[in-house]
Amino acid sequence: MDALSILVAVCLAYVIVLFAVAFLAEQMAGQGRGQWLRSPLIYTLSLSIYCTGWTFYGAVGYAARSGLEFITIYLGPTLVMIGWWWGLRKLVRIGRSQRVTSIADLLASRYGKSNLLAIGVTILAVISVTPYIALQLQSITLSFSIFADAGASHGGGANPAMMPPDNSAFLVAVGLAIFAILFGTRNLDANERHHGVVTAVALEAVVKLVALLAVGIFVVWGLGGGLSETLARVDASEIGTWQVHGGRWTAITLLAAAAVVCLPRMFQVMVVENDDERHLRTAAWAFPLYLLLMSLFVVPIAVVGLDLLPDGSNPDLFVLSLPLMAGEDGLAMLAFLGGFSSATSMVIVAAMALSIMVSNHLVMPLYLSTKWGKGAMAAGDVRHVVLLVRRVSIGVIMALGYFYFDLSGDGTALAAIGLIAFAGIAQILPALVGGLFWRGATRIGALSGLSVGFALWVYTSLLPGIGPQGLIPAGIMENGLLGLAWLKPHALFGIEGMDPIVHTVLWSLLLNTAAFIAMSLLSFPSPLERLQGAQFVHVFDRSVGPRGWTGSLAQSEDLVIMAQRILGPDRAQALFQREARRQGARGNLPEPTPEFLDRLERELSGSIGTATAHAMIVQIVGGETVSVEDLMAVADESAQLLEYSTQLETKSAELTRTAAQLREANDKLTQISLQKDSFLSQVSHELRTPMTSIRAFSEILRDTERLGEEEKSRYAGIIHAEAIRLTRLLDDLLDLSVLENGQVSLNRRSASLSEVLDRAVASALAGAERPIRVDRRPREEAVEIHTDLDRLAQVFINLIGNAQKYCVSDAPRLTIRVRGMGDRLAVDFVDNGTGVPREARALVFEKFARVGGDKAGGAGLGLAICREIMDRLGGDITYLDGHQGGAFRVLLPAQQAMAAQ
Amino acid sequence: MTRTVLLIEDEPNIIEAIRFLLTREGWQVETHSNGADAVETVLKFLPDLLILDLMLPGRSGLEILQDLRDHGATRSLPVLMLTARGHSRDREMAERAGVSRFMTKPFSNHEVLGAIRDLLAETHRP
Repeated sequence: MDALSILVAVCLAYVIVLFAVAFLAEQMAGQGRGQWLRSPLIYTLSLSIYCTGWTFYGAVGYAARSGLEFITIYLGPTLVMIGWWWGLRKLVRIGRSQRVTSIADLLASRYGKSNLLAIGVTILAVISVTPYIALQLQSITLSFSIFADAGASHGGGANPAMMPPDNSAFLVAVGLAIFAILFGTRNLDANERHHGVVTAVALEAVVKLVALLAVGIFVVWGLGGGLSETLARVDASEIGTWQVHGGRWTAITLLAAAAVVCLPRMFQVMVVENDDERHLRTAAWAFPLYLLLMSLFVVPIAVVGLDLLPDGSNPDLFVLSLPLMAGEDGLAMLAFLGGFSSATSMVIVAAMALSIMVSNHLVMPLYLSTKWGKGAMAAGDVRHVVLLVRRVSIGVIMALGYFYFDLSGDGTALAAIGLIAFAGIAQILPALVGGLFWRGATRIGALSGLSVGFALWVYTSLLPGIGPQGLIPAGIMENGLLGLAWLKPHALFGIEGMDPIVHTVLWSLLLNTAAFIAMSLLSFPSPLERLQGAQFVHVFDRSVGPRGWTGSLAQSEDLVIMAQRILGPDRAQALFQREARRQGARGNLPEPTPEFLDRLERELSGSIGTATAHAMIVQIVGGETVSVEDLMAVADESAQLLEYSTQLETKSAELTRTAAQLREANDKLTQISLQKDSFLSQVSHELRTPMTSIRAFSEILRDTERLGEEEKSRYAGIIHAEAIRLTRLLDDLLDLSVLENGQVSLNRRSASLSEVLDRAVASALAGAERPIRVDRRPREEAVEIHTDLDRLAQVFINLIGNAQKYCVSDAPRLTIRVRGMGDRLAVDFVDNGTGVPREARALVFEKFARVGGDKAGGAGLGLAICREIMDRLGGDITYLDGHQGGAFRVLLPAQQAMAAQ
Repeated sequence: MTRTVLLIEDEPNIIEAIRFLLTREGWQVETHSNGADAVETVLKFLPDLLILDLMLPGRSGLEILQDLRDHGATRSLPVLMLTARGHSRDREMAERAGVSRFMTKPFSNHEVLGAIRDLLAETHRP
C-alpha cells in the first residue's frame, strides 16, 4: 500500500473515531451521565477551535514570511482571556439568561429583538466565514498533495496512481457537511447544546496540540541538532532581525482579539455551549497556555525549514514537509492528522453555528410568515422544518465554501484570507461591546455602525483581496471610484502608504464606531430596547422584572398550539401544565401572566431565536404595553428610588399574597359546602329517577287487571333495566367514595401495556352495534408496566366507552398513541368527533358533569372515577387541548413504566 | 268531553308509565321532553292540566312555571310539579311561583291519579 492510500485509510479511521466519540458523548449526555463532559477542561479544549488549519500550518508560513508577527494571532485571544474575562463572563451570563442561540441572536435581543439586525449580522457572518471555510478545504487539499508528491519522489518518478484525486476537496466538504448535519442538527434543544460535537472538538484539540509539539520536538532535536544549535540558527536567520511594524502589530492583535469574541464558531463554543460560567475561570489561564504551547515551535520549524528544504518550498506546509523529507512517515502522518483536526473542527462548528443563524433569522421568519407557515396561530409541528432548514443551510454553506475554494484557486497565501475574514467579523465588535456596557446604545446606532463597517470592509479588503487578482478593476484601485482619488480602496481620504490590513482595520472600525455612537445618540430607543438594554448592562446587579405583557385566558389556547409547533407537543404540554400547576389554575391552561409569557418566550428562543419568538408571541397576545414601572426600572437616575420602591413592592406583594391566600381558603370552604349540598341533591336525583319508573311499573303490574302478556313482559323489562341502572349507580358511588377516602388497596402486577389495552378495547366495545374503529400502534405499546392493572383497565374502558358513546362522526375513529414524556409514559386517546366544548373542559372530571345535558351515558361519574384512580396510581389524566375531537391523556409515572426493549 | 293533559318530562320510562295511567282514565296525553321550548308547547296545546318535571334539559321547570304564570292564557292553568331532587327549598320556590300541586318522585300511582283528578275537578267547576 502506498503512502497516500494509507493516509486516506488513516483519515477515514480517524473520522470514524470522531463519530464514535461524538455519538457516545451525545448518548451519555442524553442519559444524564458523564459529568466530565461538562468539565472546564473540555470547555477550554473546545475553545481551541480558534486554532484552525490556518494556525496549524499557516503560522509557520507566516513566520517564514513576516517574522514574529504571527504572534499577534495568539496575542489577541490571550489578552482577551486574561484581561477581559470579566467581559466574557458578562457575555456568558447574558447568553444563558436570555437563551441566546448565536451572536446574531444576541445582538437582535439586545437591540429590542430586532430581526433586521439579526439578518444583517447573519449575512455578514456568512460572507466573512465562507472564505475561511474555503481556506480549511485548501489546507486539507494542500496537505494531501504534499503527501502525494513525497510518495512520488520516494517511488522515483511520477506515478499517476499516487496523485491525490482531483475531487479530494469536494469529498472532504461532503464528509464535513455530513458530520455537521449528524451532530449539529440532531434535535432542537432548548439551549442549543451539542455535547457530541463539543467532545469531538475537544479530542481534536488534543490531537493537533500533540501533533504540533511532536513535530516541533523532532525538528529541534532531530533535525536542528539540539536546542542551542537551533537557537543559533534562529539568531542567524532573518526572522530574528525582522523589524516590528507597530501599526500592523496593533491592528492584527486587535483583529484577533475581536475574532475570539465575534466569530460565530467561537461564540458557539464559548457562550452557547457553555454549561457553567465558572468554567471561564479555568479557561482564562488554560486557553492562553494552550495557545502558548501551540506557538512554541513555530519559529524553530520555520527557521529549520528555510534552512533545510529546497528553495521555493511552500512554507505553509513545513510542518508536513520537514518530517517527510526526513523520511519520518509516521510523524508526518500525525502532523497531517493535526492539520486535519484543526480544519475539520473549525468547519464543523462554523457550519453548525451559521446554520443556526440562517435558520433562525433568515428562513424561519420568512417561512412562518408565508402561507405554509400560516403565522403563529396555525397547528402542526414546525420542528422538522427548523431541522430541515438547518441541514440544508449546512449543505449550502459547505457548498459556498467549496465553490469559493474552487474559484479562488490556491494562489493566495493562507494567512491573507484569514485576516480578511477576521476584519469582516470584527465589524460586529462596536455594537456588541456597546450593547454590553452602554445603555444609550440603540438599534439604529447598531445598524448604522454595522452597515458602514461592512461597506468599508467589502470595498477596501474583501473585493481587492479575494481571488488571484482581486475583484476590483485596476483603474479603480489606482485612481479611486469614479476617478475620485480619495476613494482609492487602499488609500481612503488620500492617506497613502498604509499597509492594506491596517488601512482596513483603521477606517472600517473607526467609522463603524463613530456611526454607532453618533446614531445612538441621535436616535431614540423604543421602550423594549431600553428594557433589553437594562437587562444586558445590569445583568449582574439585579434582574429587571418581566415586562408588561397583557393577555387573556382565551389566548392561552392559541399559545399552546403555537408552542406545540415549535417545542413539540410533549415539551409544550409539560411546560403549560407545570405553569398551570404553579399558578394553581384548574385544567391545563395557565393564565398568560407577564412572567409566564417571558418564560415562554425564552423557551421558544432556544429553538427559533429571540426575535422570531418575540414576534410570534406578539402576534397572539398583541403588542406589549410598557408600564410606568417598567420605564422607571430603566431610568438611570432613579436607581435609589427604584431600590426603595422595590422594597415597597415586595412588602405590598407579600400582603397581597396573604390576602389572596385567605380569600382562597374562604372560597374553598364555601365551595366545599356548596359542593356537598349539590352532591347530595344530585345523588338524590340520580337515585329517585330510576326508582320512580320501578315503582310506577310495579304498581301497574300489581293493580292492573287484564294486562296483555306483551305489555307485562315489556314493563318487567323496564323494571329490570332500571334496577340495573340503580345498581350501577350505587357501585359507582361506592367506588368513588372508597377512592376518595384513600381506602383502596392496590393490587400491583406487571404486564405489557398492549395487553391491558387489548382487554380494555374488547370489554368497552363488547355488544356495541357499530363499534368505533380503534387505531393503535403495537410497537409503541410494547412497554412493560407495573401497576394495578384492573384499575388502569377500568380507566381505559371508560375512555374507550366514552368515545364509543359520544364520538359523532360518519366514520368514528379512536386513535390510541403511547409515548414517553420525560420520566413518564403518556397514553393518548383522541377521537375524530366534535370533542368537549372549550368552556366545559375544566368540568369534565367533576362528578355528575354531563357535558351538554346528554343522558346517553350513566350518571356522569365515569371520568371523576378515572381521575381518582389515576391519582391513586400516582399518575394523571387530563384533557388534551388543541385537538378537534375528544382527547384525553393518561400519564403513568416512571417507576410503573419500564421500557421492554 | 275529553280532558287533555300535557306532560313535560325527560325520562322516557316515566313518560311511558304516566301515559299508561292517564290514558286508562280516558284522558288525552300529550308529551314534550325539552325545557327550552316548553312554554311555546304549552301555549300551543293549552291543556287542561300540565305535569311538569323540575329538572329538565335546557331550562328548569321552575323558570317555565314562572313564565306561564305571566301569560294570560295560562295564569290559572293547573300545574302538577314533579321532582327527584331532595331540596325542601324547591317546594317553597315552586309554591311561591304558583304551583298547584308539588310531588316528590318516586310517587304512588294512586296518589298521582288522585291529585290529577282533584285538579281537573277544580277547573271543571264553573
